Amino acid sequence: MAEVLVVVEASQAAGVKKVTLEMLTIARTLGSPSAVVLGGAGAAAAFAAKLGEFGAEKIYAAEGDEVDGYLVAPKATVIAELVKSVQPAAVLLGSTQEGKEIAARLAIKLDNGLLTDAVDVAADGTATQVVFAGSTIVKSKVTKGLPIVTIRPNSTTPVPAAATPAVEQLTIAVSDTDKLAKVVERVAEQKGSRPELTEAGIVVSGGRGIGNADNFKLVEELADLLGGAVGASRAAVDSGYYPHQFQVGQTGKTVSPQLYLALGISGAIQHRAGMQTSKTIVAVNKDAEAPIFELADFGVVGDLFKVVPQAAEEIRKRK
Amino acid sequence: MNIVVLVKQVPDSGAERTLSASDNTVERGSASNVINEMDEYAIEEALKIKEAHGGEVTVLTVGPAGATDSIRKALSMGPDKAVHVQDDALHGSCAVATSKVLAAALGQLNADLILCGAESTDGRVQVVPHMLAERLGVAALTGARKLTVDGSQLTIERQTDEGYEVVTASTPAIVSVWDTINEPRYPSFKGIMAAKKKPLQSLTLGDLGVAADEVGFAGASSQVLEFAKRPARNGGAKVIDEGNGGGELVAYLATEKFV
Ligand SMILES: Cc1cc2nc3c(=O)[nH]c(=O)nc-3n(C[C@H](O)[C@H](O)[C@H](O)COP(=O)(O)OP(=O)(O)OC[C@H]3O[C@@H](n4cnc5c(N)ncnc54)[C@H](O)[C@@H]3O)c2cc1C
Ligand SMILES: Nc1ncnc2c1ncn2[C@@H]1O[C@H](COP(=O)(O)O)[C@@H](O)[C@H]1O
Repeated sequence: MAEVLVVVEASQAAGVKKVTLEMLTIARTLGSPSAVVLGGAGAAAAFAAKLGEFGAEKIYAAEGDEVDGYLVAPKATVIAELVKSVQPAAVLLGSTQEGKEIAARLAIKLDNGLLTDAVDVAADGTATQVVFAGSTIVKSKVTKGLPIVTIRPNSTTPVPAAATPAVEQLTIAVSDTDKLAKVVERVAEQKGSRPELTEAGIVVSGGRGIGNADNFKLVEELADLLGGAVGASRAAVDSGYYPHQFQVGQTGKTVSPQLYLALGISGAIQHRAGMQTSKTIVAVNKDAEAPIFELADFGVVGDLFKVVPQAAEEIRKRK
Repeated sequence: MNIVVLVKQVPDSGAERTLSASDNTVERGSASNVINEMDEYAIEEALKIKEAHGGEVTVLTVGPAGATDSIRKALSMGPDKAVHVQDDALHGSCAVATSKVLAAALGQLNADLILCGAESTDGRVQVVPHMLAERLGVAALTGARKLTVDGSQLTIERQTDEGYEVVTASTPAIVSVWDTINEPRYPSFKGIMAAKKKPLQSLTLGDLGVAADEVGFAGASSQVLEFAKRPARNGGAKVIDEGNGGGELVAYLATEKFV
């Protein structure tokens, strides 16, 4: 069976990201999954067990400052060389900023088509994408070269399939042009134990209705009780209630959790763009006419400052 | 500094958007079209750099004839001139082909700094900046939430899931920006009047030395096979809080096994 390259998304802090396990699961339907680890020294060893658990038959590793000290260009060069030598059936990457950027460069290097934001890839390489704020489903195919497809996090349920991958170190031959954008500093911003927004099974988001930054504690409390991540509407972010990286919507993150809880969010089309494909949507809003109720499976019309603390108390009681 | 800002015209994200039933491309004819929102932030950043360091700002658009509206709007914010690449053969182009055309046009414009949006709201592909960097052999600093210019040295801050990265490069370079970078200005009445007289050069594929079969449907590297409307979500139960709204909420979550 031909190999399918899965470009691993992982970090020291978070380990192997869920989207990687989803990609391995999809890759198994297309061929024999080979994980590609690009990162600092020792990255492959740290992630090997997890990758094997989800079916990676092989791990290709390119480690060290030559790949890690610059923005994506060296990574794309390494993967392009690998593609030329192993002739895989497909290349899967995460539909994240970095995944899309690597895919972009690969497409040019290999003169190849690419598809982004896929939620599924069929055995013949046809990708399913959800576009226009979740309103339209599109099936597309790469018609030039092999399928290079980026997979949106939370598209499928990762299914384990034990394998014992050997790690093969790749020779890294990058050019000076690959080193034009140098990463001089990586700053970790404070982050609690909450799951990552795009990968979380439960997301609790707050909007302008939360009123101020301090009140976001309410949202965080409910998220923590449910083991979920915290999100925010753009109005909440623009008003300074919550940091931008948590914005859900057209110009923020796209999330597709099992449960999305919208607190004090009206449900503007640009917000829906980022959460419309959630499995279950629950909303609390004091305006019975708020558009969010048109898509909520369950809605509470009421003051969130009464409803949310009561709900939190009730969950605590049940625990 | 010679700055080129990439501006794409897109269907308004606040309105209904669809694909065309005849050829599966984004329906641009009936949609109300606007400047891709993220590109307004790129224009603002270009104008700020020009104000601080001098130079010239050129708007570059690849798109159909109707995109002229968005170009004039972009010019009304303050850029000096614009280049519009339009050619019937471009219809149906994929990102790979679009980047080829943009790169060819940039090849004639001699930019020190290319500014663009981090992503377009119609495709949301986020690929054009790195495709251009790859084609032009220049540095790409993408996803900037902050940009500092010090002579030929550029430094950005870029948000990551873990925090942020500080990335540097020298010009020539391409920088893509998120909406956290600045607050775009509104065009003044004077700006709107002035925009009507600013130079707008129109180029065809022939002018750029790109063959018609390298773009459009003929040169497409991917193809939309079919599309369908997703079934609309229907609102479910809605309760009015009469003192036990929180309790009812949790009861619902319990039936769905979330608590
Ligand atoms: C190009 C473009 C891109 C955009 N991208 C995004 C994006 O990525 N993400 C995004 O979210 N938006 C985006 N927007 C903005 C979007 O159009 C809305 O303005 C925004 O989503 C509104 O946020 P909100 O629902 O929090 O605020 P509002 O619309 O002001 O709604 C607040 C809601 O809270 C309710 N409320 C107030 N107080 C209480 C209370 N005590 N109890 C219960 N309910 C209460 C109100 O009834 C109201 O429904 C974008 C807009 C444009 C033009
Ligand atoms: N046809 C185009 N004309 C001009 N600029 C474009 C075009 N397509 C993309 N861009 C620029 O590239 C950015 C990223 O677009 P995309 O990769 O399509 O998400 C946009 O914000 C624009 O600045």
